[in-house]
Amino acid sequence: GKRIVYIKYQIFAMYKADDDLEMTMVCHRPEGLDQLEAQTNFSKRELQVLYRGFKNECPSGVVNEETFKQIYSQFFPHGDASTYAHYLFNAFDTGHSGSIKFEDFVTALSILLRGTVTEKLQWTFNLYDINRDGYINKEEMTDIVRAIYDMMGKYTYPVLKHDAPKQHVDAFFQKMDKNRDGVVTLDEFILSCQEDENIMRSLQLFENVI
Amino acid sequence: MATGVAAWLPFARAAAIGWMPVANCPMPIAPRDNSKRQDELIILNVSGRRFQTWRTTLDRYPDTLLGSSEKDFFYNEETKEYFFDRDPDAFRSILNFYRTGKLHYPRHECISAYDEELTFFGIIPEIIGDCCYEEYKDRKRENLERLQDDQEENKDMKLPNMNFRETMWRAFENPHTSTMALVFYYVTGFFIAISVITNVVETVPCGSTANQKDMPCGERYTVAFFCMDTACVMIFTVEYLLRLFAAPSRYRFMRSVMSIIDVVAILPYYIGLVMTNNEDVSGAFVTLRVFRVFRIFKFSRHSQGLRILGYTLKSCASELGFLLFSLTMAIIIFATVMFYAEKGSSSSKFTSIPASFWYTIVTMTTLGYGDMVPKTIAGKIFGSICSLSGVLVIALPVPVIVSNFSRIYHQNQRADKRRAQKKARLARIRIAKSGSANAFLQSKRNGLINELLELTGTEEDEQKLIKSTSLLESQHHHLLHCLEKTTAHEFVDEQMYEQNCLETVLQSYPSRSPSISSHDSSMGTCCGHRVKKNIPLPNASVPPAHPVPVHQGPLQELSAIHIQCSDPSSHTASRSTLNLKADDSRINCKGGRITTAIISLPTPPALTPDGDGLHGPPQRRPPPPSVSNSSTDVLQ
Repeated sequence: GKRIVYIKYQIFAMYKADDDLEMTMVCHRPEGLDQLEAQTNFSKRELQVLYRGFKNECPSGVVNEETFKQIYSQFFPHGDASTYAHYLFNAFDTGHSGSIKFEDFVTALSILLRGTVTEKLQWTFNLYDINRDGYINKEEMTDIVRAIYDMMGKYTYPVLKHDAPKQHVDAFFQKMDKNRDGVVTLDEFILSCQEDENIMRSLQLFENVI
Repeated sequence: MATGVAAWLPFARAAAIGWMPVANCPMPIAPRDNSKRQDELIILNVSGRRFQTWRTTLDRYPDTLLGSSEKDFFYNEETKEYFFDRDPDAFRSILNFYRTGKLHYPRHECISAYDEELTFFGIIPEIIGDCCYEEYKDRKRENLERLQDDQEENKDMKLPNMNFRETMWRAFENPHTSTMALVFYYVTGFFIAISVITNVVETVPCGSTANQKDMPCGERYTVAFFCMDTACVMIFTVEYLLRLFAAPSRYRFMRSVMSIIDVVAILPYYIGLVMTNNEDVSGAFVTLRVFRVFRIFKFSRHSQGLRILGYTLKSCASELGFLLFSLTMAIIIFATVMFYAEKGSSSSKFTSIPASFWYTIVTMTTLGYGDMVPKTIAGKIFGSICSLSGVLVIALPVPVIVSNFSRIYHQNQRADKRRAQKKARLARIRIAKSGSANAFLQSKRNGLINELLELTGTEEDEQKLIKSTSLLESQHHHLLHCLEKTTAHEFVDEQMYEQNCLETVLQSYPSRSPSISSHDSSMGTCCGHRVKKNIPLPNASVPPAHPVPVHQGPLQELSAIHIQCSDPSSHTASRSTLNLKADDSRINCKGGRITTAIISLPTPPALTPDGDGLHGPPQRRPPPPSVSNSSTDVLQ
């Protein structure tokens, strides 16, 4: 099981009633390699590589949202990736604990890189469904699309129009919302995606990332 | 992109799947990682200490040595590792750079060594992390200062093409460069002192004459003092004009502080000359004489400490300004308070606020003359507050000024120390160089002596003579020897060279090669030829002042210490006799050795011949017949 190790700041924890302090001072160790290997689709070697990278950036063993945003933003220097990173964080943090542990990290990666098409689409649906109510409505989708456009930054060609996200969302709903009820359910989503060749192909794009 | 997060790139790419359903067009093809190999451990052997890291760690920075294919040059096939013959301690921080993306500067490391390592491994120092950047920059600046000092020292070397003006300027600025400059320096210093003392003594009452009260000496001995003053001013004027003439940029010189001081020092005299004995202006004339005291500032050219003080005050201008400002504020406040407090008391000295200024200043600086004292109780209370606060206000900026002074002073000390160290270092280098040169010559002589011995000598002599030269040394010597043979010239030591120069001037030996070593080398082979040549013995026309230098021990400075040897005629005679003797030595080397040597050339400590077997090669001066006994004594 999970082991939470209190390091020397225990003394401070006594004085400070902050839960935050405890959280940030916690050092987390993941489950054993064998267990993780069983739970995910990665080999031991791949897990080693992933963990080394993870631990290198987050020596404490957990990633909080700030760090997550920082890391992700470094890949997109042109624009503002923080909003999208926020949604990603929520998608990764399945336990809603406010921090991503290595198990969460690797589970999500396993789905994204080694999962079946259905699993991937499920994960994506989960990402879009911000309030986790099982339906994607236009507002949620607009937020997501706007977050993606934010990552582009200001300097684009052609120049980014203000209502581009909205148009994009309209097109999306046109395609996905089969019964025109204003929301997209999981089944609609999966069906629609499976019909689109481009999407199918692009889902296989990152198979060999590790 | 910080490569620390390079490890998270797979995650970022995987997360991109979230965009896919939103996209309307097909995605580009992902790049293939053709060189796909399992991430492997690389062993980096740095001078025996093994560091291991993942290949991907090093690949993060492809434009460095370790990240590029350049490291293949260092790959050792047998041990399957990369070997670097570098400092393992410095390598730690370099490898940490790959691991963490931050370059740190270890404080105990020498800055130039560290820079060298960075250059070797292809890492630019600008990426040093913020935590270590300050320290790195400071050390780098210090190093640069040191290098600049060295360069300035080199500039002190007399440039061959300096014209008279430049020479003079250099003499003025650096008195230690030539004797004349030193003389000038001391003379001006002396006259400044004379001038200042004159000004002071002028005002001392000199004892009264019959019908007059005590007069200051200046009025009693007017002429004497006037002459003294004239002499000093003349010297100063001449000095100023010379400096003006020699200055590379006259305009800049005229604007400099020292030149202004010079002008102010001598101007009153000239103005006094010009002015008549008019009553009105003589008052002003007397005032002008005050400016003569500025001559004392001329000492700052002579005193390093004064210059430092001046420089300190200049650099602490802001602190001084703050001190002044706060003092002024406090003075005004307290003066006002004291005035109003003492207004009531009768016969109070605090007649106005400006009058109270004097009291406030005297109190705040804790002088307390007592010419003005408060009489009322309120006045006394405020007076005590004033004195207490005075101590505080003055004490505050003083440490800053002191620390500035200390820093600049120590900087100067460092510069002086560096100069002294440099002198010592150069001397050591000279000795080492000449030591190795001597070693080469020595080995050559030994080689020749060995040859001689092979011809004649006994076994034991050979044993004594064969020096244990290391393989490295012998290879080096062989190399030098090859060079000699190539150029058909040979290496000699300094003294020999000087002598040879003299000899070639004398033209006594036309057929002679200018070096002794060739003499040596030809000893074994063409000595006979030489001997057969009818070399005329020179007579005593050789100038007697021919110096025969004597080597001191290798640890002494190599400014040649020349001592007069015996009769120089015998010197030149000795050459031929050397040949003759050498001829003899072929037959009986032992005897030859003894008789041919009078002066013992110092051997480098490593190659000290044991015993007295060989105190030097046969190029030593054979003794003139009159002192042949002494030679043997010298050797034994």
